[in-house]
Amino acid sequence: MQTVMLAGVVAIVLLIFPTLYRMIAGPSVFDRIIGGNMIGTKATILLLFIGVLFENVSMFVDISLAYALLNFIGTLAAAKYFQHRPSETAGGGAADEEARP
Amino acid sequence: MINILATVLIATGILVLGFGVIGILRLPDFYTRMHAAGKTDSLGAVLVVLGFVLYNGQSLAPADLLVSLKILFIAVYIFIASPTATHAVMQTAIALGVKPWSKKEEKP
Repeated sequence: MQTVMLAGVVAIVLLIFPTLYRMIAGPSVFDRIIGGNMIGTKATILLLFIGVLFENVSMFVDISLAYALLNFIGTLAAAKYFQHRPSETAGGGAADEEARP
Repeated sequence: MINILATVLIATGILVLGFGVIGILRLPDFYTRMHAAGKTDSLGAVLVVLGFVLYNGQSLAPADLLVSLKILFIAVYIFIASPTATHAVMQTAIALGVKPWSKKEEKP
């Protein structure tokens, strides 16, 4: 079972990097918000994997739960902030400008 | 037996998360990317967490069952909160007037 957990950790970390690319290079600010949300969800799962690997799940499950709560609150706060300040979404309707190969 | 079931659940969840990452990289528009991100993220995370519930609660000791209950609460919370966050960001984008991608504008 240790092998499964290690493979899971590697898979989750490998999945975080493309999401990080979308978060950094995303054309509009909403892509960045949703990229951060996805990374937060993956980090919640990653904490559970780490807890099983270190055989200390009872401690890591609390950290994971707190991370899930903070992730939700943070996404909602960012969405509300940009709803009230449209000028700060640097080229807000950036969906028009992006060029796709 | 329970180990195999938990492994299958975790592997399926990671596969679904991988589909979500492919979608967020390849789709052309913010709204379509949101379509990939919102659903696969909730389903994949809930599948992985359910695998952990099974794996952790198989000894049936009261302390382990309590921890399993907490992990199950994480699953319920993600299942409620992740679509809500997606809807909030989507509503912000609509309120700010981001145009959806359409095929006609692609043609020169």
